[in-house]
Amino acid sequence: MSTIETVTPVAAPPRPAFKVNWVRLSPLLYTVGLFVIWEVGVRLSGLPHTIFPTPTRVFEAIVQYWSPIWKNSLQTLYTTVLGFIIAIVAGLGIGLFIGWSKTIYAGLYPIMVGFNAIPKVALVPILVIWFGIGTVPAVLTAFLISFFPIVVNVATGLATIEPETEDVLRALGAKKMDIMLKVGIPRSMPYFFGSLKVAITLAFVGSVVSETVASNSGLGNMMASAQSNFNVPLVFAGLLMLAVEGIAMYALMAWVEKRMTGWAHRSTMAQ
Amino acid sequence: MATPLVSIENVDMRYGGPDGTLAVSGLNLKIERGEFVAVVGPSGCGKSTLMKLTTGLHIPQSGVVIVANSQVTKPVSIVGMAFQNPTMLPWRTTLENILLPLEIVEKHRHRLRAHKAEYVAKAERLLETVGLKGFGDKFPWQLSGGMQQRANLCRALIHEPELLMLDEPFGALDAFTREELWCVIRDLHASQDVTIVLVTHDLRESVFLADKVVVMSARPGRVISEHVVPFERPRQLELLYEPAFNEMVQKLHGEIATARAAA
Ligand SMILES: Nc1ncnc2c1ncn2[C@@H]1O[C@H](COP(=O)(O)OP(=O)(O)OP(=O)(O)O)[C@@H](O)[C@H]1O
Ligand SMILES: [Mg+2]
Repeated sequence: MSTIETVTPVAAPPRPAFKVNWVRLSPLLYTVGLFVIWEVGVRLSGLPHTIFPTPTRVFEAIVQYWSPIWKNSLQTLYTTVLGFIIAIVAGLGIGLFIGWSKTIYAGLYPIMVGFNAIPKVALVPILVIWFGIGTVPAVLTAFLISFFPIVVNVATGLATIEPETEDVLRALGAKKMDIMLKVGIPRSMPYFFGSLKVAITLAFVGSVVSETVASNSGLGNMMASAQSNFNVPLVFAGLLMLAVEGIAMYALMAWVEKRMTGWAHRSTMAQ
Repeated sequence: MATPLVSIENVDMRYGGPDGTLAVSGLNLKIERGEFVAVVGPSGCGKSTLMKLTTGLHIPQSGVVIVANSQVTKPVSIVGMAFQNPTMLPWRTTLENILLPLEIVEKHRHRLRAHKAEYVAKAERLLETVGLKGFGDKFPWQLSGGMQQRANLCRALIHEPELLMLDEPFGALDAFTREELWCVIRDLHASQDVTIVLVTHDLRESVFLADKVVVMSARPGRVISEHVVPFERPRQLELLYEPAFNEMVQKLHGEIATARAAA
C-alpha cells in the first residue's frame, strides 16, 4: 500500500457542519504534503533506492532495522542532552560572568566570537586524542557547539539593562549585586530560554558530527556504516529519526520558554 | 536659619573625559528642607544632570554637592526618583514593583520579610492615594501609560524618602491625567514632610506646584534666576486661569526664550 492512498482522506474537503482549524492542522498537512511530493518525485524520476529512496522505502527500513535504530537513537539523544545540559550550566555561568561588567564583556567577547568561528568538527580529532572515541567526544562536541548562543544571549540580557532602571536603583544605594539579582538576571531569562531552542538544535549537529567520525554507536555512526554498505534507505531512516528527535526537543524547549517567561511575550520588553 | 537640605556650590560637570560635553558649569543652588523646587530651562541645558548630581549618580569634576550635611561622594540613599519613562519591571506585579526599593534600601531590607504585611498595607494605601486601588496584582503591561506613571510615583515614595526627585514625570501624559497627578503631588507635599525637586518643561506645572522656580541657562547650564511663587497654598486648579498665574508663566516663558537665543 502506498502513502498516497492513506493520505487522501485527510486532504478530503471537510463537512460543512464541522469547522476545521486550518492553522492548527497545517503543520501536519504540510508534512504529509512534503512526503507525498518526495514519493511522487522519486517515482517519476525513476531514481534507484541506492541513490534516493522513496519515503515508503525509508519507513520500511525503519521497521526492518528497528532494534539498531532505536538503540542508536537513544544513544544520540543521550549524548546530545548531556552535552546540552553541560552547555546550559556553563553557558549561564559564563554568560553571567561576561555580562557582569562592561570591561569583561569588551575583553572576552572577541575571544568568544573567535572561538565560535572554529568549525567544531575540527576539534573532534583533538577530543579523540584526549578522551578516545565514543560517548565523551560526542558529548563534548555537542556542548562546545551549543553553549555559545546561550552565553551570548545571557550576556546580552545583562548588558542591556535600561540605564534609567539602574539609576533608580543606584540612587537607593543598590550595589552591583543587587542590580544583577533584581533586574539583570530576571531580565536575561527570556533571552536565555529563547536561546535554548537554537542551542538544542546545534547540540544535535555536534553529537552527530562526532559520532560520524569518532564513535561505534549513535545515529551518526549508524548512518556512516550504512553508507559504506550502500544501505541508503537506512541512512535516510537515520536522518528521519534525527529530525524527529530534533523537533521533539525543540518543541520541549519552546514549551519551557513559554512556561517560564510568559510575561516577556505580553510586555514590550521582549527581543 | 537651618542649613539647606541640598546645597550645590560652583559645580562643573563634564561628560566623557576632558574633551567631553560640559553639561553644567558654575552651578549654584540651595534647596531648603520641605521646599518644593521646580527646575525649568531649555532642552539639553543640564536639568537631568542636576538631578544626577544631587542624588550622587554622578560626581562633579569640581565644586561640591552637599546633601543632608554631608558631601556627596556616592549615591545618597535618602532619595526617591521617578523619570519620564516609568521603568516598571515587567516580571513583577505592580505591588511587587512598588515594594522593590524596600528590598534595596539598607534601613528596610532586613525588616521586609518579617514585616511584609505592614509594608504591603502601606503600598496599598499609596496605590489608593494615586487612584490605583485594586491594581496591585496587575502586571505593569496590563496598565495604561498614565497608570504606570502613577505606580512609578508610588515606587518613588514607598521608602518615605526625605528628598523626592522627579524628572519630567508627567511628560507623556494627557492633560487631564496630568492635572490629576499634579493634585496628587500637591497633597502629598502638603501632608508629608518631604522635599521635592521637579524637572519639567511645562511652565504651568512648575508655577502651580512649586514654592520656587529655578530657571537654567542653555548648556553649559547654570542657574540664571530663581522666582518665588507667591500664590497661597492650598492651590486649586482654578488658579490656572487667573491672570496673575498666567502672567508669571509668561514671564518664565520669556526668560527661557532669551536663554535659548543666547546659546
Ligand atoms: N551620559 C552622557 N554622556 C555624555 N553626554 C551627556 C550624557 N548625559 C547628558 N549629556 C549631555 O549633557 C548635556 C545636558 O544633558 P541633560 O540630560 O542634563 O539635559 P536636560 O536639561 O535634562 O535636557 P532635556 O530637557 O532634554 O531632558 C546635554 O548636552 C547632553 O548631550
Ligand atoms: Mg532631561
